[in-house]
Formats: sequence, C-alpha cells, structure tokens
Amino acid sequence: SISSFRNLLKCRFLGCTSFGAEFRRFSLDRHKPGKFEDFYKLVVHTHHISNSDVTIGYADVHGDLLPINNDDNFCKAVSSANPLLRVFIQKREEAERGSLGAGSLCRRRRALGALRDEGPRRRAHLDIGLPRDFRPVSSIIDVDLVPETHRRVRLHRHGCEKPLGFYIRDGASVRVTPHGLEKVPGIFISRMVPGGLAESTGLLAVNDEVLEVNGIEVAGKTLDQVTDMMIANSHNLIVTVKPANQRNNVVRGGRALGSSGPPSDGTAGFVGPPAPRVLQNFHPDEAESDEDNDVVIEGTLEPRLLSSLRADPRHSLALPPGGVEEHGPAVTL
Amino acid sequence: MMKFRFRRQGADPQREKLKQELFAFNKTVEHGFPNQPSALAFDPELRIMAIGTRSGAVKIYGAPGVEFTGLHRDAATVTQMHFLTGQGRLLSLLDDSSLHLWEIVHHNGCAHLEEALSFQLPSRPGFDGASAPLSLTRVTVVLLVAAGDIAALGTEGSSVFFLDVTTLTLLEGQTLAPGEVLRSVPDDYRCGKALGPVESLQGHLRDPTKILIGYSRGLLVIWNQASQCVDHIFLGNQLESLCWGRDSSTVVSSHSDGSYAVWSVDAGSSPTLQPTVATTPYGPFPCKAINKILWRNCESGGHFIIFSGGMPRASYGDRHCVSVLRAETLVTLDFTSRIIDFFTVHSTRPEDEFDDPQALAVLLEEELVVLDLQTPGWPAVPAPYLAPLHSSAITCSAHVASVPAKLWARIVSAGEQQSPQPVSSALSWPITGGRNLAQEPSQRGLLLTGHEDGTVRFWDASGVALRPLYKLSTAGLFQTDCEHADSLAQAAEDDWPPFRKVGCFDPYSDDPRLGVQKVALCKYTAQMVVAGTAGQVLVLELSDVPVEQAVSVAIIDLLQDREGFTWKGHERLSPRTGPLPWPAGFQPRVLVQCLPPAAVTAVTLHTEWSLVAFGTSHGFGLFDYQRKSPVLARCTLHPNDSLAMEGPLSRVKSLKKSLRQSFRRIRKSRVSGKKRAANASSKLQEANAQLAEQACPHDVEMTPVQRRIEPRSADDSLSGVVRCLYFADTFLRDGAHHGPTMWAGTNSGSVFAYALEVPAAAVGGEKRPEQAVEAVLGKEVQLMHRAPVVAIAVLDGRGRPLPEPYEASRDLAQAPDMQGGHAVLIASEEQFKVFTLPKVSAKTKFKLTAHEGCRVRKVALATFASVACEDYAETCLACLTNLGDVHVFSVPGLRPQVHYSCIRKEDISGIASCVFTRHGQGFYLISPSEFERFSLSARNITEPLCSLDINWPRDATQASYRIRESPKLSQANGTPSILLAPQSLDGSPDPAHSKGPDTPEPPEAALSPMSIDSATSADTTLDTTGDVTVEDVKDFLGKARTIPTSTCPARSWSAGSLAPAWPLNIEPRLLTCRLHWDLLSCPA
Repeated sequence: SISSFRNLLKCRFLGCTSFGAEFRRFSLDRHKPGKFEDFYKLVVHTHHISNSDVTIGYADVHGDLLPINNDDNFCKAVSSANPLLRVFIQKREEAERGSLGAGSLCRRRRALGALRDEGPRRRAHLDIGLPRDFRPVSSIIDVDLVPETHRRVRLHRHGCEKPLGFYIRDGASVRVTPHGLEKVPGIFISRMVPGGLAESTGLLAVNDEVLEVNGIEVAGKTLDQVTDMMIANSHNLIVTVKPANQRNNVVRGGRALGSSGPPSDGTAGFVGPPAPRVLQNFHPDEAESDEDNDVVIEGTLEPRLLSSLRADPRHSLALPPGGVEEHGPAVTL
Repeated sequence: MMKFRFRRQGADPQREKLKQELFAFNKTVEHGFPNQPSALAFDPELRIMAIGTRSGAVKIYGAPGVEFTGLHRDAATVTQMHFLTGQGRLLSLLDDSSLHLWEIVHHNGCAHLEEALSFQLPSRPGFDGASAPLSLTRVTVVLLVAAGDIAALGTEGSSVFFLDVTTLTLLEGQTLAPGEVLRSVPDDYRCGKALGPVESLQGHLRDPTKILIGYSRGLLVIWNQASQCVDHIFLGNQLESLCWGRDSSTVVSSHSDGSYAVWSVDAGSSPTLQPTVATTPYGPFPCKAINKILWRNCESGGHFIIFSGGMPRASYGDRHCVSVLRAETLVTLDFTSRIIDFFTVHSTRPEDEFDDPQALAVLLEEELVVLDLQTPGWPAVPAPYLAPLHSSAITCSAHVASVPAKLWARIVSAGEQQSPQPVSSALSWPITGGRNLAQEPSQRGLLLTGHEDGTVRFWDASGVALRPLYKLSTAGLFQTDCEHADSLAQAAEDDWPPFRKVGCFDPYSDDPRLGVQKVALCKYTAQMVVAGTAGQVLVLELSDVPVEQAVSVAIIDLLQDREGFTWKGHERLSPRTGPLPWPAGFQPRVLVQCLPPAAVTAVTLHTEWSLVAFGTSHGFGLFDYQRKSPVLARCTLHPNDSLAMEGPLSRVKSLKKSLRQSFRRIRKSRVSGKKRAANASSKLQEANAQLAEQACPHDVEMTPVQRRIEPRSADDSLSGVVRCLYFADTFLRDGAHHGPTMWAGTNSGSVFAYALEVPAAAVGGEKRPEQAVEAVLGKEVQLMHRAPVVAIAVLDGRGRPLPEPYEASRDLAQAPDMQGGHAVLIASEEQFKVFTLPKVSAKTKFKLTAHEGCRVRKVALATFASVACEDYAETCLACLTNLGDVHVFSVPGLRPQVHYSCIRKEDISGIASCVFTRHGQGFYLISPSEFERFSLSARNITEPLCSLDINWPRDATQASYRIRESPKLSQANGTPSILLAPQSLDGSPDPAHSKGPDTPEPPEAALSPMSIDSATSADTTLDTTGDVTVEDVKDFLGKARTIPTSTCPARSWSAGSLAPAWPLNIEPRLLTCRLHWDLLSCPA
C-alpha cells in the first residue's frame, strides 16, 4: 500500500534581513519520491523563490543537517522520514559559509572555533565542495583549552554502525613533578580494532595515555572504573589523551613544534604538574543532553486477554527493523 | 543546565546543616555467628562469654543485646582467652605469642571494650627450647593465678614464666625452668631428654599456691609455688589436656591415644602415683586424641566427664564429637563442624563443695550449642543470638520494616510451634551478664533470608541481637532425589557410639534447584511469595493451624512459542501431588512454574489485587492467585541471545568451544605466516587482532589487564534477564484516570509498563469479584544507554514513593497524592532518571557511571528522619555501587547528598548481599555467617548500648595510653570503616612504644578507629576542621604509602543465572584487612 506522508518544509535565509523564515507543509509519495530535479522545482515553486539559487538540506534522525542535491540522497532523505521530513532551504552563499556539513545543527555553536581547520578555511576561502552524504565521525575539540601536548577527541558514534573499536589497559606514566620524576599509574589505549571507528579517525593510537573521559579526570580511577565511564559515555565519547606520538600535535598561535619533537615514549610530555582544571567551560552534561535519547513506544492500550495476546504477534512492541510507525506515534525524548 | 550546575557546586549552608541532621554513616553491629572462631572464654561471675576469631577479633556476649567487639591491631589468630574473673578484663593470646589485655570500660554510662595493654615476647630467633630453656619462645598455655594478678605462661621450651597482669611485665627470677622440676623427678619418670612443651596449666580453686603442670611427653606435676617444690608427680601417655577436680583430690588427664586417666591426689600418699582409672572410652581399636577433658562433680552424687574427640580412628575419625558421661549415661554429641572449645556453666564459689554444672556450651567452627545439663536428656537451649545464619548458605535476603504487632505475634507463635520450648523448669540461656540499655525498638523489623536448601528464615532484626523467629521450608512441596539416601544412612547407623545429632549447621543442600532466589512478604495480609532456582514461584499464606491440602500448580511458558531455542539447563522440580500436611505457619497456596525453569530473577506481590509478577532470564509473567489463572506472559529474549536459552550449564561448553576455535585460528594464522615470511609478523598481528575481536566476551579473562570499550548492543548476552518488577496505582493511559499498572525492567535497559484491568473490590469487601484480570502493554521505554534496569518506583504528586498495598488504608500512612503529576523513577546500573507520567518524558537524571565510574548494584528508597526535628523526614534514594560506596540522592531532584565508603570493592559477596531498610539502615554479609548492620540515617541507629557491673578498683594511674577503639568501628573482618563526620584525626603516639603514665585521654569525640601516626610528615596534614571525605583519607593514605591494589579474580557478577552461594572462603578479605591496618598504623 502506498502511504503518503507530509513534509514540513522550513525555509531559512540566514543573514538575509529581507526574508523571514517561511514554513510549508506538503506530502510526497514515500515509495516513489521521484527525481531530485522535480523536487527542487517543487520546493522552489512552493516558496516562490524560483529566482534565487538555493541549497536544500534535511535533518536526519540524529538531527544532523545533510544535503539534498542528487537523486540518491533525495531518496534516502525521503525514506528516512520518520514520518515528517524536515527540509531546510538556504541561499547558496549562506550555505557555503560552512553551515552544512560542519556538524549537526545542534553542535554548530561548538563547531565554530573548535574545529582546527575552521580558521584557515575561512581566511583562504578555499573552494571545497559541499559534503555529499556524510557526517562527522570524530573531531579534535577544545584546542584552545587543553595543553598542546594533549588532545581532546570526540568520537561521534551514533548513526554509525562501526564499533568504537579500541581497548584500554593499565600502565605506568612518568610525570615531572616538583620532586622529580615520578611514576604514576595511568590508563593507556592498548589496541585498536582494524576497521573500527577509533582507528579510522586516526586521532587515537596505541599507547596514548587517557587523561580524561567526558571531562572527568581518570587519575586515581581503576581500569574498570574508566571502562565503565567510557561505556556509559559511549554515545558521545570525549577522551582527552596524551598521544604517544607527540609529532602530530595541534600547532597553535603559529608556534611550531617542529619535527624534532619530544620522544614518542611519552616520558616527557610536558613539564610541571598537569593543569588542574582545563575544563572550565566544557560541560559534558550539556554536550550530551540532547543525544541521550531514550525511546518510548506508546502501546495501543486496548484491553486484550492473554489468550488473544498469545495469538496476536503484534502484542510485542519490540522495534521492528523497519521502524515504529506501524504501531502508532513514536516519540523521542 | 547552567543553573543546575551552579547549584550543585555551591554549598548551601542551610542544606549542609540539614544533611548533617539527616544522614550519618555508622557501622553499628555485626549480627550472626563470628566467622572462623578460634578461642572461647567464660566469666562465671559476670556471666559473660568471649569468642576470639582467626582474624583477631574479640567478641564478648552477655544477655541478649549486650555485646562488645574489639579487634587486635594485628590480624593474628586468637588462640586463647582468659577472663580475669569479675573484673571485666580479658587476657588474650595470639598465635604470634603476643598477649593483650582488654578492658570493658564505661563511657557516659555505656560500656565499651578497649585494649589496655599488650605484651610482645622478645623474639630470639635461632634458639630452640632445648638449647636456651630460659628464653621465652612460644607460649602454649596461659593460666591466671592469684586472683588474676599474675599469669603463668607455659612455653614450648618446657618453662613456665610468670607475668604481672596489671602491667603486663615479666616477673624476672620467678621462672620455673624444666631443670628445677626435673630435680624432683625420679629417674624412671623422666621420659626422654626433655619434658616437651607445657601442654596444660591448671590452678586450684581453693589453693592458689598449687599449679598443676602437664608436659607434652606425659609428665604431670603439682607444683607448690609457696614451697617451690613438687608435691606430686604422675606419668601418663602423650598429654593433651588436664582438669583438676574441685575437691583437689582428683586430676583427670586426657591423652593423644584417645584415653583418659583419673589420678587421685592424697596429701598423705607418696609423691609418685598411679592412675585410679585409665580407660580408652571408644576403644579397643585405635582412637583419636581426646583434646580436652572436664571433670565436674555433682551434689546428687557422681560426676560428669565431658571430653571432645577420642573417636575410633577408622570408623568415626571424621566426626566432630563431644562425649558427655555421667555414671552409666554416655551421649556422643555429634556436631557438623569442628569443635573449637567448650566450657560448663557451674558454681565457682570456693565455698561450694560441688560444681553442679548447669549447662555445657560448645563452640564449634560454625555455631554455638548450649546444652542443659540439669534436665534429663540434656536438651539444647535455644540461643537468643549468635544464630548460624549460614546453616544453609544464604542466597537472598529481604527486610520488612514496621511489622504490625499482630503479624509479629503470629510469626512468633508459628516459630514456637516449630521448636517446642523446653518445659518451664528447664534452664534458660545461661549467659546473662550485663544490662541492655538500648531502648525498646520503636518498630519491629523482620529480616528474611532465603537459603540454598529452599528454606526462608525469619529473624527479629529489631535490635542488636538477631533472633531466629521462624523457619519456612519449601522443600516439602517437591520430590527430591536425596530423600531415599537419607533414610538409608539413618538405618545403617549403629547404636554405639550413642550418637546424637546436635546443632543446625547443615551446609549440604539436597538439591540446588530448591535454592531461594527472591522473597517478598506483605506484612498486612501475611501473604508471601518465595521464588527459586528452578523457576518455581510459590504463593504462601500464614495460617495459625496445621492443615492438609493440595497445592494447585500452574505452568507459564515464558518463551511464548519463541522458536529456535532449546533449554539445556536443569529440569523443573516436580511437585508432590495430592493433599500434603502443612504445619502452622506459612502454607503454600499456589505454585506457579515458569518454563523454561530458569532461576527467578525478580518477583513482586500485590495482595490488594491478588497478583504476583515474576521474571526470569527469558521473560516475565503475571499471575492472578485469587482465580489461579495466568494473566500475562511476555518473552524478553532478544532473538540473537542464545546464551540465556541454553541454561547455565552450556555456558561452560560455549567457552570451551570458543577457546578451541581460538586455538584453531591461531594455528591457521601461524601456518599462513610461514607461507609468506615477508610480512609474517604483520599478518600475525592482524590475525591476533581479529581473534581478539571475535572472541571478545572471553578475551577479558584471557588478557586480564585489557578492557574493550564498546557500547552495549541489543544482542549482548543475557539482555533479556528481567531485573525488576513493580506494581503501582498510577497514571499510564492519561492524566485524568489512574489505575493498576505493572512495570518490568530488563538487563538491556528496556522497561515495559502494562495497564492492568483489575476488577474493583466491593466497598468494605476484602476480595475482589471473580472476574478476569486483564493486562495491556501501555508503554515501552528503551533506555539509550542500555544498562540493566535495577529498580522502578512511582512517585506521587508530592514526589514521595507510592505506599505499599494496604499501607495507606491499614497503617494510617499518608495517602498518596493522586491529583496527577506522578513520575516514575527508573534506576539503571549507570544512571537514575525520573520521567513524567502519563507522558513519559525525562524530568531529572543523574549519570552516576559517567561521573564516578562506578555502577549501581542496589538501590532503595528510604525515609530519613531528622535528629533535630521530631517530625521532619525526607525520602531519598540510597544506592550501593560496585565499588562498595553508598550514595544518597534526593528524590525526585536526584541531587547527590552524601556518599560513604561502606564495603570493600573486592568483597563481591558483601556487595551482592546488601539489603537496605526503609528507614535508612542496611545489612550486608561480611562473612558467610555474619551480617554487618549499618545505618545511613542520623536518627535511626541500632547499636549495642549496654553496661556491665565490674568490681575492680579502676586505678587512674594504671590506665596508661589506651588504644581508642570504638566497638562498632573496628570490624572483625576488616571492612574499612571510615568515619566521615567532622572529626579530628589526632595524631597519637604509637601505643606499643609509649608506656608513659598519665597520658591524657583524647576527648570523647575522637572516635577515630585508626590512630594515624603523627609521624606522617607535616606536609600531609589534613585539615581537621572541615569535613573529612573518603577521598581525603584515600589521598592521605596514598601519600603515606602506595597501596598495593589486589584485584579480585571474580570481576564480573551477573544476576542472570543461578545466584551462587556466597563463597565460603574469605581469605583475601583477611589479607586485605591486615593490609589495611598496617597502612593505618605504620609510620610513613
């Protein structure tokens, strides 16, 4: 059966004072979405903006803003409607400034200034094509907050079927303290799973020392505690590491570390006690509050007897792979 | 969010003050039987008894409620203890040959046990007893002479030393060397070159100048202290024990060949004597040694001979027996555990002519048995405390607070009918010293323990003494394999020796499937549900009369026709059919059998609706026990989870299989490596990585120092285990109508909420009409983090948990606010969340694991009453983590209030056994036989408060430095106790070195269990004015010395399969206990 659904179109013109935001709602055939060109025409026509050059994007189930610019991703967008599809329209010039693809809508604020390559790109105005159908898998964040010898890495796992793919172990770390060199217990990355998310980002490596998990220092915690913390945060894991290889550190303020960086055994990462609280304006709670969504499925609430329950396979509300819309409205929190 | 953060950081002084009035952490008392007892002493004058343990604990018991606990600084075995009669002082000997003097002292009217002095033998390695006879090598026996002022120490080197007890100093020059004794011994009495260690020292009640000395090689002498000469000499076999009769004319010796001899001592007779009687009671075949013998005479003529051991080596050598012989009557008391020591309660006044023993107390490894020697048949006297909790291993426990008086009386009466009280003339508990000063408990608390043998024991947990009330056995309902064998064994037994089974410690379970997994009791209707290891769910009801009735059986298939699974676990228990006789007490009404018969993992009871819900690793079910009909069955298995299906046995197989596969893969990778030698190493690495990836659930065991970081997925094994079930009358459909609901939480973070259609009872009627109950799935919540759901509770409009069924109507408890605004609190192993109802949306949350790296093991909602204000109380969420810490959170705000370190994190069985009460207390097992009671509430504290009338002049100057030892803070098993209230950790000098008199005692407030030495350097001083937190103490210790962390081998603990009995072996606990104290006492 062909079920029709409605799309909510939301028109946004960023930085354009002469236009406000407009909303349109219309329906599309889920199973025969048609061509991108037709859709583009329909959108432009609906909004009466056929004279301006726009890019079309949509919000996927995770809230990421993804582009619609060919038949394939248009198809994907329609098929992923749940059941509403939020479509965003922007003037092309606005879009090129990096709103699309730089990160999810909700993270744009953070993405600004946090991404390492943000600055240079804005200055040089390199002609980098729009991202097609991908989303970030990892990022180095808080470059301005963590010491240069450290690296704070965020692994975006949701929506990605890859395993996180790394292991941690106990170990000993050498610290420089006022009393001289001191050996302290530490937690290290012990193994990367080939093809896993951690390996594919290239931001974490074996023997990197884990210093913090989502803003909480691991010093004094056992391997099991750190494991539990990482798994508890696995949907939005932010680990601060001291890379074993210090040559690829983020350079900031024009001060180059040079190719003859400290030895890669991690013995002399930095001098002095570790910065006490590097996380003044980093809030793990805030960062993940909108991503830790529990799924609530409403039942039909029609009284049924056990005998009928047994006969009716639908008494089970387990999520079928196709989606939940068959049973009623799905609510995400 | 910002606001929230800000508030959390800023400490509101008013709130802080309130917190101090609400919360305080105390470990108050240890219930049950001391683990691994090693020594026993009795003070006949004060009528108090002391038990020493292998971990160095000293516990003194008197009347019920009178308890004192002390712990030696070194966790060495207490080998002997001797009361200084009537003085409330106790001399203990440890196996490191150190002597310790303990005193019961009164502070503020309450008595405490404190260590006053200790004496360490000057160690002289390299000298053995023969070459250096005068060196004090190892103390074998201790005797208090001269009214307890002087102690005689018998040593391995045959010498007897004398010690001034008041100062614990050796009296030089008084030592009785073996040479001195040998001078008066005729040549033919010299047995070999040396006398052997001193085996026994006995004083005489009436003539303190005489000491009976027994040497190991068999020489016995009566030594006259006054004249410094030998009065009498006897020569027997290898000596085990001696006893001196009251009339001083009789000496009894027991020997290693299982014989005993009676010697008569007459003043006129020659100094060398032959025994009047020498007999091997269980001969003629070789017998084991008689370890201890007592001789007690009676006014009515004759005498008691009581001895332990001596059994025929071949036939009964493995029995633990005490024989009581009086005239022609011999009874061989057959115990189930090793005999530690025994004593008789008898007259000790010197003017009395006869002992007239009233009672015999036998301390066994696992229990204490007291026999009434005055009543014919010598019946056992029921003990009001020291109950062997572990008579069968404890598998679960539950606490019921504020038990109504009516139910209490019915349970007590059911218990009395079970074990008929002795006739009125019979002896009551003979150990009656001291006075219990604690107030009568304001409410009755019932502790229920489920056991491996299918019994549920009911304990009076209202006060300090944990008293057994009633024992419910579910085994009678089932046919077990072992009954046949049992009756055969009975028949095969001869009538000689005249064995009599005594005691209740019985660690052997007939059938592990009988094990009780979950217990729930409704205190208003006296109905309960007991669920077991083989999927049996029993609904029982208390009846005051015995009946004979058949139990109806219902079977619920939790798989719900799920295909592709086969259960490879144990069979279900087959119930006996037909009418069965049931004694007064809880009698089964309905048996619901879950299929597959996996262990029941959750159970809940709603007596108002006559519904019982139960869950296993496969799903959950709902049963209407009024109509005896099933209402609902729901399978929670994930299609990919085959492990849960196969049962506990197949897991071993699958591990084996995966190991085999792993080895195959390694072999394959090696072969491929040889083929292409160029990049062999990289290939091997890759293969290994792949191997690790594929064998992930098991490689944790193989490489113990490495942990995989991966979010939980839906197809993790055992994801379908039902962890909690809950009934509530709340809003699930809409905000206007509330109604019965049932909630279930699983191991994979799923919560199912069912709306129930329960026919309403007529006004005033007890029973609801006979209509079918209907259940329909209302909501299903999948927690994104997929952690196991450990508890669910609904909060009313005022944020308080809903009352129990009938609680509001029968107990005048405040009725819940049903004006809407209900919320549901879902506690998972990782976080707590409060969701609004009926629309389920998150309101507040606290992510414990993400913040602290610990996981939730137990949670409970508890009411905390304020110490300052009579009627102010708050409901909070108490939570025990896998690290053994207890956290308290506000409800429904979920703000952290306080947290305390409670149980060592290595103590997995302790953490797993923890149970919270509704008024802010808790219990956990510190050994298989002991519950530690703790309280989180500042007001609701159950601790021993007692006094003892002591008649010795307390000399102020005598009291030199005392080790400050609060009885409740020092623990027998060394669970670290850390006081978190503001206190001063004052640096005190080491008591072992400072013997200076008149050291002012630290103020009363300093209840520090650990004298952290002042020697620790100045830069690590703690701020003593502020609150001392666990972290502070840890940091402090960490600075003082690196703590070697010992990791426990058993890391993961899943509630999925058969819950194991708590491991009996607790050696690591003792080890770390010692470590802990070392850390605390050693200077940096």
